[in-house]
Amino acid sequence: MPTVSVGRDRLYAALGRTYTQEEFEEVCFSFGIELDDVTTEKAIIRKEKHLDAEVEEDEEVIYKIEVPANRYDLLCLEGLAQALRVFSREEEIPTYKLVNISKESMIKMHVKPETSSIRPHVVCAVLRGVTFTEASYNSFIDLQDKLHQNICRRRTLVAIGTHDLDTLQAPFTYEALPPSSINFVPLKQVKSFRADELIEFYRSDLKLKKFVHIIENSPVFPVLYDHNRIVLSLPPIINGAHSAINLKTKNVFIECTATDLTKAKIVLNTIVTAFSAYCERKFEIEPVEVIYSDGKSYVYPDLSIYNMDVSLSYVNGTIGVSLEAEEVTDLLNRMQLRAEQSVSSDITVFVPPTRSDILHPCDVMEDVAIAYGYNNIPKRSPASLKPLALNELTDHIKLEIAMTGFTEVLTFILGSWRENFAMLNRKDDKSKAVVVGNPRSSDFELVRTSLMPGVLKTVGHNKDHPKPIKIFEVGDVALLDERKDVGARNQRQLAALFCGASSGFELIHGLVDRVMEAIGAAFVPIGDHTGYFIQPSDEPEFLPGRQASIIYKGKHIGTFGIVHPEVLNNFDIPDPCSFVELNVESLL
Amino acid sequence: MAEDAILGYLEKNDHISDSGQFAAERRIDHNEIVNVIKSLHGFKYVDAQDIKRETWVLTDEGKAYTATGSPEVQLFLAIPPEGIPKEELQKKLDLSVFKIGCAQAAKNKWVEMGKQLVTRKIQHVDDKVKDLLLQIQEGQAINQDDIKALKARKLIVPQTWKGYSVKKGPNYAPKRKKVATDLTRENLQRGDWKEIEFKEYNFTAKGLPTEGGHLHPLLKVRQQLKDIFRQMGFEEMPTNNYVESSFWNFDALFQPQQHPARDSHDTFFLQAPSTTKELPEDYVQRVKQIHESGGYQSRGYGYDWKREEADKNLLRTHTTAVSSRMLYLLAQKPFAPKKYYSIDRVFRNEAVDRTHLAEFHQIEGLVCDRGLTLGDLLGVLHEFFARLGMSKLRFKPAYNPYTEPSMEIFSYHEGFGKWVEVGNSGMFRPEMLLPMGLPEDVRVIAWGLSLERPTMILYGIDNIRDLFGHKVDLGLIKRNPICRLGL
Repeated sequence: MPTVSVGRDRLYAALGRTYTQEEFEEVCFSFGIELDDVTTEKAIIRKEKHLDAEVEEDEEVIYKIEVPANRYDLLCLEGLAQALRVFSREEEIPTYKLVNISKESMIKMHVKPETSSIRPHVVCAVLRGVTFTEASYNSFIDLQDKLHQNICRRRTLVAIGTHDLDTLQAPFTYEALPPSSINFVPLKQVKSFRADELIEFYRSDLKLKKFVHIIENSPVFPVLYDHNRIVLSLPPIINGAHSAINLKTKNVFIECTATDLTKAKIVLNTIVTAFSAYCERKFEIEPVEVIYSDGKSYVYPDLSIYNMDVSLSYVNGTIGVSLEAEEVTDLLNRMQLRAEQSVSSDITVFVPPTRSDILHPCDVMEDVAIAYGYNNIPKRSPASLKPLALNELTDHIKLEIAMTGFTEVLTFILGSWRENFAMLNRKDDKSKAVVVGNPRSSDFELVRTSLMPGVLKTVGHNKDHPKPIKIFEVGDVALLDERKDVGARNQRQLAALFCGASSGFELIHGLVDRVMEAIGAAFVPIGDHTGYFIQPSDEPEFLPGRQASIIYKGKHIGTFGIVHPEVLNNFDIPDPCSFVELNVESLL
Repeated sequence: MAEDAILGYLEKNDHISDSGQFAAERRIDHNEIVNVIKSLHGFKYVDAQDIKRETWVLTDEGKAYTATGSPEVQLFLAIPPEGIPKEELQKKLDLSVFKIGCAQAAKNKWVEMGKQLVTRKIQHVDDKVKDLLLQIQEGQAINQDDIKALKARKLIVPQTWKGYSVKKGPNYAPKRKKVATDLTRENLQRGDWKEIEFKEYNFTAKGLPTEGGHLHPLLKVRQQLKDIFRQMGFEEMPTNNYVESSFWNFDALFQPQQHPARDSHDTFFLQAPSTTKELPEDYVQRVKQIHESGGYQSRGYGYDWKREEADKNLLRTHTTAVSSRMLYLLAQKPFAPKKYYSIDRVFRNEAVDRTHLAEFHQIEGLVCDRGLTLGDLLGVLHEFFARLGMSKLRFKPAYNPYTEPSMEIFSYHEGFGKWVEVGNSGMFRPEMLLPMGLPEDVRVIAWGLSLERPTMILYGIDNIRDLFGHKVDLGLIKRNPICRLGL
């Protein structure tokens, strides 16, 4: 996206009001431009020279504003300020006119056939009675620079020359001649150069060397002369010194030579529309006739309005609103597009010469949407599915544990009272377990309150499996809960067990750390409630001294330890085991 | 033995006031006693308090004299009662013993150093130096003047002696239990687990680090995004083709051939294979025409469209190249609405810095259906970004050659306290869709963003090279938590 640098105070003066930076940013945001940087002229120089210096109070504040790449009309302060004034309804859309003169009195540009081999097109215009200030003059130069950089593709497609018309005498000719036959004093030089020497001279010029390649290999160079064989310019390299414009210049002759005629016309229109505001007769531009050797002639600039028919249903149907035609035309006016209701197609848009970006009714539709406000368009939500966070998180945690080398087991929810309590050294205070009333056998007496019995039974039945055994299970237990309509609820638990020649207590401790790391919990000092910590516990199913509670965000969420030898014995396990069980729901 | 001695003594006595004395009395090496005290203290069988004392120890010279006697006595004993010439006496003794002996014996007035003979002045001497040295060696106290004299002769040097005073600790028992770091199979088999005492476990340190593999953080985020797209009913596009033609990457998207993005400054063009061999010719003609002179209600760009430019191969600059192929394929069949997505690598000829890489991942979503509106685009963006944890969105008008309208997506970042750009979106231009052959009322809404940017915001990474590429710290990959986007 191109960036335009404008003086803040000058911009605000042109806008007829001042803004706070935030206010201005809001205006930019809704219009589709962006305040990219706020700096000062001196700061830019300091930055280029890598100097650190104190900011002086009186430095002029520069706004660097990013504009859309297809809006050439916004590449200078004049165009930018006008667009924003019209957008905020502070100004009418200007009408650009050609000065009404007869074809005979028009300045003529004769195009020689040789130009077709190197740079076939030229378009011209005159701005009469211009009053430059230092600021507007600089802006005029800057705009040409911006255009050269952007649409002109570094002068390959279009090159602009601007001249003090009063130093020249019409008619002009656009020719292509062997370099050795072109002699002139170029801009910013005092002596005369032959064109081929000049090319060599500019090879080492920091600014101009990048344009040399465009014509250097051509046997003929494009060149513009006035009636007295004074060189206006050697496009796309340099203008002549003779016709150079300055602050006092009143009448400006503009020529754009090009390999792409469409872009040449856009460039010419962009310059003359923006700067005709400084003409004696505001927004009036004097045309120039360009005459080719085959007799064809064209009058430039081409300020014709392009009429585009746009249907209201297309605009409404694409944006997703129901605007009346008057509302649409009113919104378009704010975007500098004059529009009228019409019988044939609802709305006719009169696309001005400044708006080369309008190619299709979709561009008009976009301008309606921008003026309406993107953020005011009612949104229509699509059909979609929401995953269940608990189950998604469970799947992620399971994967992480499996990736540390533990194998998943899936055990029964139902079990016996003995294995859920007595065999784990646990007392049943009747406050926890959901009890089955009609169990077919002791295996179906209650709903597990812990994953421990299932995991231990798995180890007990896998005595021949090579050690160590590393298994885990993530699943629900059921707990009595008075707050629930049925008096019980499920709780998602995670359990993991290590069994080997030694208990692997540190290993299970390490797994706890990994699970907590995986859910993004920090290991914190005891008492800190921002993460998790471990503190000794005293549970009957674990060996005293080798067991601990996991405290996460101040809440006890689980326990790990060496399984008590009596418990191991109850489950017929001959090898020491360490075991962890924790509440997954507390990790959500 | 030392342990039994200490625990046994403390069973009947309150304390051991001095480990040195305790050791000496029992003829146990003090170092052994000290080691046992330290160990018992560690397990809180005893409480030990440091005691320090200045003591004297013999130098090598001093130690030698405890065996041989002092040089002056050696010299005295070497003198026969009749006397002896000096030269003869010297031959009977070491040179150093002779020298020191002469000096000390003369000082003690034990001998007469005559001109011809060295003779005894007294008949009998006691080796007081040797006795003192022996007393010091046994740790007995001697008087300060003697110490001074021995110190001056460099026979003794000072040393700080360390010992302990000891009393019962909280875990005192007359006999120590077995200490273990872990419960073993043998403990269970022997049934001695009841007697085992475990070494104290440090719960303020982390456990043993787990072993195992880890997935890359960026691809974990991609997995979550894939899930999000699928939950929203999107189908994945095949994006396993890095090499693309300019035609599908740019021209088909109504991106003019002079567009800056098509500059070699921005795009990697290919030397091999340099050009594409095949394009759908009738479609190419329609694309050429829409660029040059327009059609389908468009004015076109008004320039000479060149086939050579379209044929140039490149590394795709966006996955939208794949979208254009997919939409073209869709247009070749009776129309059916589609929702597509892709997350894959794209390439830009850019300078690499903290926030830019020459290759990165693009996330793209598109909906193709009849009668879609900007309201649908806003809706789908809100739905998508809300799942990424960004529910406060607003949209800025923007320019993009192939979308009209175009909207930049901004999200309010609570941490930064400001609006940050998180992606781009828009409705594909009719100049792109109609030449493909899609029906006129079919519209396509689409959005795109990089995978890296939201990931960097998510994990607080401010240098893209810390996230992705060969310079990434493996530790970061291992420590990276589960991606909880969309959860």
